[in-house]
Amino acid sequence: MAAVRADEILVPRGRPRGTARLSVWLDRERILGPVFVTPALLLLLLLVAYPFVMAVYFSLSNAFIGRPSEFIGIRNFVQLWDSDAFRQTFQNAFVFTGIAVVFKVVLGIVLALLLNEQLWFKRMIRGAVLLPWVIPTALSTLGWWWMFNSLYSVVNWTGIALGVMDPPGPNWLGQRYYAMAAVITVNIWRGLPFFALCILAALVAIPKELYEAAEADGAGANSRFWHITLPLLKPVLAVVVLFSTIFTFSDFNIVYVLTRGGPINSTHLFATLSRVLGIDTGRIGEGAAVSLYLFPLLVFVVWAQLRFVRKQAY
Amino acid sequence: MAVAKRPLLRKTMRHLALLPFLVFALFPFYHMALTSLKQDKELYDRHAVPLIIRQAPTLEHYSKLIWETEFLTWTKNSLLVTALATTASVAIGTVAAYALARLKFFGVSTFGTGIFVTYLVPTTLLFLPLAQVVNWLGLGDSKWALVLTYPTFLVPFCTWLLMGYFRTVPKEVEECAMVDGATRIQALWRIVLPIAVPGLVCAVLFAFTLSWNEFIYALTFTSSSDQITASVGVTSELIRGDIYFWGELMAGAILGSVPIVILYVFFLDYYVSGLTAGAIK
Repeated sequence: MAAVRADEILVPRGRPRGTARLSVWLDRERILGPVFVTPALLLLLLLVAYPFVMAVYFSLSNAFIGRPSEFIGIRNFVQLWDSDAFRQTFQNAFVFTGIAVVFKVVLGIVLALLLNEQLWFKRMIRGAVLLPWVIPTALSTLGWWWMFNSLYSVVNWTGIALGVMDPPGPNWLGQRYYAMAAVITVNIWRGLPFFALCILAALVAIPKELYEAAEADGAGANSRFWHITLPLLKPVLAVVVLFSTIFTFSDFNIVYVLTRGGPINSTHLFATLSRVLGIDTGRIGEGAAVSLYLFPLLVFVVWAQLRFVRKQAY
Repeated sequence: MAVAKRPLLRKTMRHLALLPFLVFALFPFYHMALTSLKQDKELYDRHAVPLIIRQAPTLEHYSKLIWETEFLTWTKNSLLVTALATTASVAIGTVAAYALARLKFFGVSTFGTGIFVTYLVPTTLLFLPLAQVVNWLGLGDSKWALVLTYPTFLVPFCTWLLMGYFRTVPKEVEECAMVDGATRIQALWRIVLPIAVPGLVCAVLFAFTLSWNEFIYALTFTSSSDQITASVGVTSELIRGDIYFWGELMAGAILGSVPIVILYVFFLDYYVSGLTAGAIK
């Protein structure tokens, strides 16, 4: 208030006074714009940009919990590269993301095509399909943990009952390849709705006339899919794949709850290893270096999105 | 052609093709619910059929969860954190989105890009340094740390979502109001926001869902059992050493999801539209 009053004295007669003057001043786009974005800007500078700079600094230091840190250059990155646990994590991240994203794309297209047809209980089916995406991941993963339990696994019970598994069936979370298959399955389960519904939104937007014209020209269902549907889906597929790649690559919840990175680091991802190093063992510098391995991928995806997808917007 | 002439048969085939997807999506929830209702002696009987309840179902696991653990405290914490973070984020996001969608000012496009970039920054990249920031602020092991940090991913999300909605409101509506003597803020408050209510509902729902689901910040910034949220409580406090109380765990997972499921049932269409709006619009 004090500032406004001091101003008031300087206001020539005949011009709006006090709060009225403030609102005239705020009415200018050059003023109102910055005022409106300031809260968001401050928040992002203090709690995103600043921590990010700190993460870079930590990664270049020997920061250890409760001890002053020294600058050590890129030693953390080099040491990590020499450690088996990290190399394993690096490989896991690509295997995990690659397989999960491919499955999500293919199953997502199939599911979207099915949902795009006339269905009974359409709303209920859509609702059911989206459900895994909405429920808190940490909690739903607990359900999967129980389903993969070594003694009481319902997955194995069903597999044995159907005759597709030999008793006792695999120990899902205790053997390396099976554990990876398990975390990938849960990731697909959780991420599929996002793919299916984004692709569905794109399918709905394809003009019906295109299909009618193609049908009149004698194109079968297969060739209509390959020559009309798929090319028109490409832009949306590109965006969805880029989006999902980042979030699959940086996944934490599923691995943390299901396997904690085990057995013997065979399912660790960057985020889970970073937590083990940075929080559980207090080696903040190394932990930060691990999570920064996510950064080049982030830069690439942001670049690709801005370059190809949002060219018109910004 | 024979199939095409019989639309009912085709329709049935389609539903059959959807069946595996529905089973895949829903079975884990079914199995969780089942487990939470089974008596322990059936639950731990390796010869029992795990797909159905044979013996009388029981609510014992639920009552144990509620009365013998601090589940209610965790739920209260989740609600408090989620409510505050959502309110703050939608408010901050709304004004920022309006400015980015409508106003011309210095730095507007840079800031727009900045919002988009932070929208893509995964929380797992920042949890380590943020833990230090939280400690410096004296908020270590406090739910207030979550109220402070959740907006870092909620604000970019809300801003991005609402920018799209504000762009769909015709400029003329606002200009008319301003010609009639309203200031820009009045036009925003009285004209634009009421039109954008579906977008605001969507932003609130998603902010609520995202913060209710958040896990790594909650796990890292809080640890005392009176400060943690439901997700963290159920995942870490219900396991004592090597003994897992599966009935209680599943009951906790079910109950911890209830607030989201309630919103979901009432606002399904908003969820569907918001899911795609964030990514592909």
